[in-house]
Amino acid sequence: MENYGRNIVEIPLEKLVIVASEERDKGHRLAQACASYVNDKYELLYSFVDGYEMVTYKLIIDTDTEVPSISRICFPAFTYENEMKELFGVKIKGIVTDYNDKFYRIQTKTPFLKKGDK
Amino acid sequence: MKSFHKSPWLIHYDASSCNGCDIEVLACTMPRYDVERFGIINTGNPMHADIFCVTGGVNTQNAPIVKQIYDQIPEPKVVLAVGTCACTGGIFKECYNILGGVDQVIPVDVYVPGCAARPESIIDGVVKALALYQEKHDKMVQEGRGLPEDPSLDEDNDVDENASNDDNSSDENASDEENAS
Amino acid sequence: MSEIIKPKRTIIPFGPQHPVLPEPIHIDLVMEDETVVDAIPSVGFIHRGLEKLVEKKDYNEMVYVAERICGICSFMHGMGYCEAVEHIMDVEIPDRAKYLRTIWCEFSRLHSHLLWLGLLADGFGFEALFNECWRIREKVLDMVELTTGGRLISSVNKVGGLIKDVTPEMLKAMKETVIQVEKELKPVANTFLNDYSVKSRLCGSGILTKEEAIALGACGPMMRASGIEVDLRKTGYAAYDNIDFDIITSNDCDGYARCAVRIGELFQSVEIVRQAIDKIPDSEEVSVKLKGNPKGEFLMRLEQPRGEAFYYVEANGTKFIDRFRVRTPTFANLAPLIHTLKGAPFADVPLLVLTIDPCISCTER
Repeated sequence: MENYGRNIVEIPLEKLVIVASEERDKGHRLAQACASYVNDKYELLYSFVDGYEMVTYKLIIDTDTEVPSISRICFPAFTYENEMKELFGVKIKGIVTDYNDKFYRIQTKTPFLKKGDK
Repeated sequence: MKSFHKSPWLIHYDASSCNGCDIEVLACTMPRYDVERFGIINTGNPMHADIFCVTGGVNTQNAPIVKQIYDQIPEPKVVLAVGTCACTGGIFKECYNILGGVDQVIPVDVYVPGCAARPESIIDGVVKALALYQEKHDKMVQEGRGLPEDPSLDEDNDVDENASNDDNSSDENASDEENAS
Repeated sequence: MSEIIKPKRTIIPFGPQHPVLPEPIHIDLVMEDETVVDAIPSVGFIHRGLEKLVEKKDYNEMVYVAERICGICSFMHGMGYCEAVEHIMDVEIPDRAKYLRTIWCEFSRLHSHLLWLGLLADGFGFEALFNECWRIREKVLDMVELTTGGRLISSVNKVGGLIKDVTPEMLKAMKETVIQVEKELKPVANTFLNDYSVKSRLCGSGILTKEEAIALGACGPMMRASGIEVDLRKTGYAAYDNIDFDIITSNDCDGYARCAVRIGELFQSVEIVRQAIDKIPDSEEVSVKLKGNPKGEFLMRLEQPRGEAFYYVEANGTKFIDRFRVRTPTFANLAPLIHTLKGAPFADVPLLVLTIDPCISCTER
């Protein structure tokens, strides 16, 4: 139980949708998804929770790679995906409720993509 | 009206505060701190309000809303910036989505610092705001914009018809000038 | 004649400035007559972008930024961030610090739940109950102020332990306070759970079944009110592994169940504080010295008053960490909220928004 925080599995992009539907079928819930921009690459994290156990899937992709949305499989993903899209500029296609970069309605475009400026 | 400052209504808007100052503003209306002893009622309608209490710094999305609420409050009005974020932007000043303190958007009369601002200091700020509120009201009356004094309601003064006539005429002049301009 | 007249759809904006909410959230309600058919939330009024501050503040200073994510659960935000960094650096904090963190966690849960109960009472127009809840809450805040120095934002956490210790007199005062709070809570709880007017507003409103709760990713009291027995305190962070408590759940799945779960948790918090004060060990130190900078990644989960919160820290071995991400409970509860709003009468909307215990400044950061 203690080590859930380090239970991060790296998966290739093609497996994302398969893994998400497997987790959904097992009755696990999507707990969080987030992006980070490290070393000129995106790292996308999807955490699925079963009670106290948690597994996090990590995708490492280039900035111009298109990512399929998993919001058709796990509905709550739409908020996380909209956030990634707006703050990081991750190219996600097919979000159920796509706010088209109007989720937070910020003026700075994809603020997390650049380092060091306001 | 000399007692204009005795029943101002307060409206609170959370610009981008962390909630800390908001709940302290709410805590002020509780029996323990009881800001209502100054005749203050917390209202949700800007058109009923006299004191505008803003918490948190403004960002691009809520700046028009802060401005709109400010415009909807009838004259005279006093703006109270509660908390360090509302005063200057505070710890979030360097964030990409923060424009700065509330004074970037609307004129602020009283600044209440603190993170989170304590109820005591908020009440202190409100009392300062009340004095300002009366002052603004008196100024409006002098300029002939407010409700003119009715000498018959004031027991201390002798009713002087000439004086009141003068007041009226100056009122008319003022409104004429406004129309002309 | 046989033609059924389809009711016209109207969109009613709800918020951002609304009397029932102390915080701005905007929801576009698609209405058919008096019934909500769809709800589209839009957030961003309080978005500050504080996760980006990791580039300007080093990992020790970030504790204070993390605490200011939200003023209500501020202690736990600071603690969650600290625990994540401590896991990365492989630091074991002294036992006394663990117990103190547990005690302060429960104090912030007490004040958060009391605040919510007050707002709920205000939401259905029960002013006296509102004032009563907040009066009891002041007692809790007094103790937080006495022991940490701040009413809401306490700033006692640091990476590697705590900034200050408490005296035995303070512990005694804390214990007396929770016992007093428990006594005063009983009539309030009785009103919430048994009063006719409260029941008439809450029973049967905003149904979220067990299956829906899982599919929509609900968390915290919202999930436990749908009969799912998950409480992250059982994972044993801080000193929770040494404390004996049961998870409070309800199978009613409605607004009343959410209220009942939170009231149950109030009494549970009182019990946990008492146990922790009885078991707290004596030691000189409440913090350990840190060596070097963090390198690695960790996802910390903890149980906040509103549900499970995630703290993801990715560090690269320098003073400045690469990424700090917070997933707060209200963000997860947005999807269940949309679901419960569908089919609800318009007059119930403010109340349903309240039953998820929204914390918008957490959500938008």
